[in-house]
Amino acid sequence: MATKKEKIKEFLAKFFRNHVLADDEDIFALGFVNSLLAMQLVGFVEKEFGITIEDDDLDFENFRTVNNIEALVGRKEAARVSA
Amino acid sequence: MSMPETAPVATESPSQQAIKVLVWDLDNTLWDGTLLEGDDVRLRPGVQELLEILDKRGILQSIASKNDHGAAMAKLEELGVAEYFLYPQIHWSSKAASVEKIAKTINIGLDTVAFLDDQPFERDEVNHSFPMVLTLDANEVSALAGRKEFSPRFITDESALRRSMYQADERRNAAEGDFVGPQEDFLEDLEMKFILGPAQEEDLKRAEELTVRTHQLNTTGYTYSYDELAGFRDSEDHLLLVAGLDDRYGTYGKIGLALVEKGAQAWTIKLLLMSCRVMSRGVGTILLNHILHLAKEAGVKVRAEFLSNDRNRMMLITYKFGGFREIDRTGDLILFENDLERIQPFPSYVDVVVTG
Repeated sequence: MATKKEKIKEFLAKFFRNHVLADDEDIFALGFVNSLLAMQLVGFVEKEFGITIEDDDLDFENFRTVNNIEALVGRKEAARVSA
Repeated sequence: MSMPETAPVATESPSQQAIKVLVWDLDNTLWDGTLLEGDDVRLRPGVQELLEILDKRGILQSIASKNDHGAAMAKLEELGVAEYFLYPQIHWSSKAASVEKIAKTINIGLDTVAFLDDQPFERDEVNHSFPMVLTLDANEVSALAGRKEFSPRFITDESALRRSMYQADERRNAAEGDFVGPQEDFLEDLEMKFILGPAQEEDLKRAEELTVRTHQLNTTGYTYSYDELAGFRDSEDHLLLVAGLDDRYGTYGKIGLALVEKGAQAWTIKLLLMSCRVMSRGVGTILLNHILHLAKEAGVKVRAEFLSNDRNRMMLITYKFGGFREIDRTGDLILFENDLERIQPFPSYVDVVVTG
């Protein structure tokens, strides 16, 4: 089964070519993030991992790297289990 | 959105909405006679004129007919009216399904659809499923252009272009469906040109229309009258920007608007909107980033107001991911601020042209 990181990377790979994204690479600094990717990325994370991204989670820091996205998903999943 | 509580008894439903799409039946409605019975069909009186008037007003038109698709399309071509119709539904399925499909494909609410058919059975069938559709008898053709539902509040230069813009979109969507590869390659393939600059006088009607019609890609939903917008255009303390988009399939028209209040220490974006026509074109941040660049040159910070309407989350994401931080909240109104440390470059797949 694909790990969270693999799934996130596979999704992001659709938006750019000739670039292998490192886990800690800043996708905003690469200039890859347009409004379309941002919206689709939020939608993807919600749907793929079955979590709800609240307005307060919409900090670009949470979506800046593959590692950060994975951490956000982990936090939301933990919150869901304990709730 | 207003919907009637009970199914109407008459053929007309109490539609409050302006009609955006008129769906035509063919036999004994658009033309006299029955095509498949071998009649030499001709357009009914007043039909040609109505097609032209509605087209100029920016009201889209389509077809729901139980007929042979090939024969009917050939006849429409022969009569010289085929070009008026978007997504014609000519087959033997129910007309309610056809009307629903048209509304869905064009992406408008069923309460803005009217259906014209000579047969009460067909009108009832549509109204049974969708009471919010305005159903009309074919004998109303001559009076239709005078009805208030068919008299839009705004008729702009773009109204007459609306059909051709949707047709360009039809070709674009087909191309996108066929395209294999990264999204960015497809966007590059469109050869988009984004033109932005201060609003000109001839942009103001369209600007007013955009503030009223745009809900999803709209940061605050503030509406401004023509006169107010004209005032902002002349004001030293405001910046009123308009953006247009073209690509290899045609023009999308004027699709973006921004109003900035220029203070000495900070500029405040009161309104930033984009038409949903350009929803998946990856051009949403160009106007915003242009404002950020201008402010940086002027040595001021940028603030932005945001008012949620449940449908404009994409604009919240645009601000949040664009480096804006919340600095104040009054009720539902959020005030953001951007320190301009990080401004995204314009995307490589769009040719951005800044005017005057």
